[in-house]
Amino acid sequence: MTDHALSVVRAGALTTVQDLGRPGHAHLGVPRSGALDPPAAGLANRLVGNPVDAAVLETTLDGCTVRPRSTVAVAATGAPCRVTVDGRPVAWGAPVRVPAGALLDVGPATAGVRTYVAVSGGVAVEPVLGSRSTDLLSGLGPSPLTDGAVLPLGRPAGPHARVDVAPQPAPPTELVLRVTLGPRADWFSPEAVRVLTSRVYRVSPASNRIGLRTEGPALDRAITRELPSEGMVLGAVQVPPDGRPLVFLADHPTTGGYPVIAVVRTPDLPAAAQARPGTPIRFLAVRR
Amino acid sequence: MRTLPVGDDALLVEVSSGEEARALHAELLRRRAEGLLAVREIVPAARTVLLDGLTDPDRLAAELALSDVPPAPAHARDVVQLPVRYDGPDLADVAAHWGVPPDEVARIHAGTEFSVAFCGFAPGFGYLTGLPRRYDVPRRATPRTAVPAGAVALAGPYTGVYPRSSPGGWQLIGTTDAVLWDHTRMPAALLAPGTRVRFVPVDYS
Repeated sequence: MTDHALSVVRAGALTTVQDLGRPGHAHLGVPRSGALDPPAAGLANRLVGNPVDAAVLETTLDGCTVRPRSTVAVAATGAPCRVTVDGRPVAWGAPVRVPAGALLDVGPATAGVRTYVAVSGGVAVEPVLGSRSTDLLSGLGPSPLTDGAVLPLGRPAGPHARVDVAPQPAPPTELVLRVTLGPRADWFSPEAVRVLTSRVYRVSPASNRIGLRTEGPALDRAITRELPSEGMVLGAVQVPPDGRPLVFLADHPTTGGYPVIAVVRTPDLPAAAQARPGTPIRFLAVRR
Repeated sequence: MRTLPVGDDALLVEVSSGEEARALHAELLRRRAEGLLAVREIVPAARTVLLDGLTDPDRLAAELALSDVPPAPAHARDVVQLPVRYDGPDLADVAAHWGVPPDEVARIHAGTEFSVAFCGFAPGFGYLTGLPRRYDVPRRATPRTAVPAGAVALAGPYTGVYPRSSPGGWQLIGTTDAVLWDHTRMPAALLAPGTRVRFVPVDYS
């Protein structure tokens, strides 16, 4: 078994194990978690012949370096970066063969934030509530990668895909997030709703897997009393006391006591996961 | 009852009391168990129930507007007993808020039957109700940076037990050795919405 494993040589700033997450337990206070850019994670799995629910690595800005103990197929997707095997450049966004003991380096992202690294067989750490995802809010799942850690790999399910380079969306230079207003838009002044949907915000460097934080004009409340805690959804635009809207991502808390002015449409969230600090954001109000 | 759309596929149903939220939650669980409701998450909270992952939220909103929600059924499940030492650092502050001597806090708290209104904050953290409203207490003015696992705490109308060490602003009245969350256990959470709870004083002296 031990030859089906990946040694972590350079963990990078923040590299976590991610799959489709653990939805269905929100009533127990368990966040959904899972890859922040599911289309990129899914593509990486398809390129190496894994099922869509196999666990992959999600890096943050500066990539990671690993050494597989057996010969594997790998694919890096999401944020574009330089990829090398034993120092030799190989393709990003395509299946690559990495011989047993070779050094796979996934370099710093040249654009975007999160690169996904799928390995044939998938990362086979012990699942928690049916998922191998690292949840940074509640601490469920494996810890973020550390230098010297060893990750078990599963048995490859099938042959890798026969493609040269798969097409992928470029990381956003401007993030347009379509939102439907509510459920608590009436807790804000009409002016606040107008400001949210007409002014430009920017991605804050304080953003993380829990939420995309923003910098920009503060939103004023019309109702200032405390909101009793209520259930929160992925993409909820919550407004904390500082008035700066914050978009909930995969590791968001399951209940919260700050009002949600609007909800970002789910198909727009992968781009939010790839938007670097400083990227301009426009919230575009749409009908449901 | 008021239904508020949430994004493309969720609905927040708002009612006017915790008891109504409990009844609505029970009714929605019954409908799901009978195959009448397809939904990914049913998340009860203080005055609301969130339904997330619906195929047709508008239709469900229309249905709910026309339907009567029966009162919540009497609690069928057994009572979970949590052994507790009433030794928290905020016991005197809570006693002052309640206007009782400190040892009365333990007597009143242990004499109350609680039920889990909803969960949140952390896996396995239940918001327990049962104390009369005159025993509401404010959060601490300055939250603690680390509250130990097993701390029994009060805030507003709620009692909670910290499943793991974390920052927190609740008033600490005691400690339990019960394991609130263990993902290798089935079920992982000792407390789920609707669970009845009693705190049983233990004496290690």
